[in-house]
Amino acid sequence: MIQRRDFDQSLEELRQLLQKMGRHVENTLSESISALQNLDEAKARAIIEKDIELNEMEEEVMDLGARLIVTQQPVAKDLRRIIVAFKISSDLERMGDLAIDISKVTLRLKGEALIKPLVDIPKMAELANEMVQESLQSYLDENTDLAYKMAKDDDEIDHLYSQIIRDLYTYMTAHPESLHQAIHLTLVGRYIERIADHATNIGESTVYLVTGHRPDLNV
Amino acid sequence: MTTIIRINNLKLYYDQFLALKDVSLDIPEKAITAFIGPSGCGKSTLLRTLNRMNDMIPATRIEGSVQIAGSEIYGEDVQVETLRKQVGMVFQQPNPFPKSIYDNVAYGPRLHGSPGKAELDEMVEQSLRQAALWDEVKDFLKRSALSLSGGQQQRLCIARAIAVQPQILLMDEATSALDPISTLKIEELVQELKSKYTIVMVTHNMHQAARISDRTVFFLNGEIIEADDTRKLFSNPSDSRTEDYISGRFG
Repeated sequence: MIQRRDFDQSLEELRQLLQKMGRHVENTLSESISALQNLDEAKARAIIEKDIELNEMEEEVMDLGARLIVTQQPVAKDLRRIIVAFKISSDLERMGDLAIDISKVTLRLKGEALIKPLVDIPKMAELANEMVQESLQSYLDENTDLAYKMAKDDDEIDHLYSQIIRDLYTYMTAHPESLHQAIHLTLVGRYIERIADHATNIGESTVYLVTGHRPDLNV
Repeated sequence: MTTIIRINNLKLYYDQFLALKDVSLDIPEKAITAFIGPSGCGKSTLLRTLNRMNDMIPATRIEGSVQIAGSEIYGEDVQVETLRKQVGMVFQQPNPFPKSIYDNVAYGPRLHGSPGKAELDEMVEQSLRQAALWDEVKDFLKRSALSLSGGQQQRLCIARAIAVQPQILLMDEATSALDPISTLKIEELVQELKSKYTIVMVTHNMHQAARISDRTVFFLNGEIIEADDTRKLFSNPSDSRTEDYISGRFG
């Protein structure tokens, strides 16, 4: 039988952990983009070193969720809350890794001047960060309307990503010497696009939490 | 699934108190149906209407219809003894007779007929085998049933109930007095038995209902709030009161 008060407290702890992971991801993404824009290697290294914190938070979510399943044997929505916490923490951990990959690009560029000022990549990152915030908010508020909005935002991200690829392809053709950097910048676009996909996954988890049905927002 | 028990607009009064309020429910054949709900919600009362055990409680009055295999069990010409042969019952506390293991199982067949020795031996063995007790007691069938452990006594009671080949087996919190290992054995046994019998069980152990039943019925204040496939009811119930109860928010 569920000890309701302790259980509710632990569920709240799970929510707060995920919220904290979300903030960590947002911060890592915006800082990584800033490090890339300024070719700031020291900042990029500092961001990479902090990744361990996110991994530890994911482990905390896994440990707490497993303990609750064993000790409380939750059913129905209580069980979904824990399943969803596992899924969201895993999505957030992947998002963190992808944001770190952007900092790794900064290191690989080794101070090489940018071929052109970054415009679409920061724009895409800003939108992706909004998606991280909103997807988390949809989960925290159990707001399915906000969760479904992720599908629309993801389309916009995909559109920006296509534009970045087109621009960089054109640039590479005209300036073959920029190939190395252009490929890396294309990868940055790809990392941000994947982050947005994971935010969409969080939207799906919210819908599953509220309704018990799994939608596919990543189409 | 074929319906074997059909309850329609059933009301049951204990004197002035309305314990079951207009209950309607179909129970499928050869499946396990679990009744859950807080104490005093009417689940045991409904279970007892299915073999007319409530008849023994003074000032009990019933309105509505309870049909088993298409026959009204509260009809005037119904023989309660015949009904109880058709609808066996196992109780919370194991209640073997102070007789030998053999005589406990043979009691029903002897009461309802005059089987010969060989036939009776066969019935006893089959019933004990079905109750997963044969291997443990076959060498001392003449020993007192009271010498058995609580879990064995409960399986003996199940053997005794099925010895008269009922269609339906009612179980009223049949594992609540048992240790976890004995409970597990009974749960496994019940799942085996459903290929031959319709099982209706009242349980306070929601995880037991979730583990072994095919359908679950949630009662509250003498009403059925929700009846659904067990998997659905425990994963995504339709009524918020069901969700609150199974999640431990009340009860």
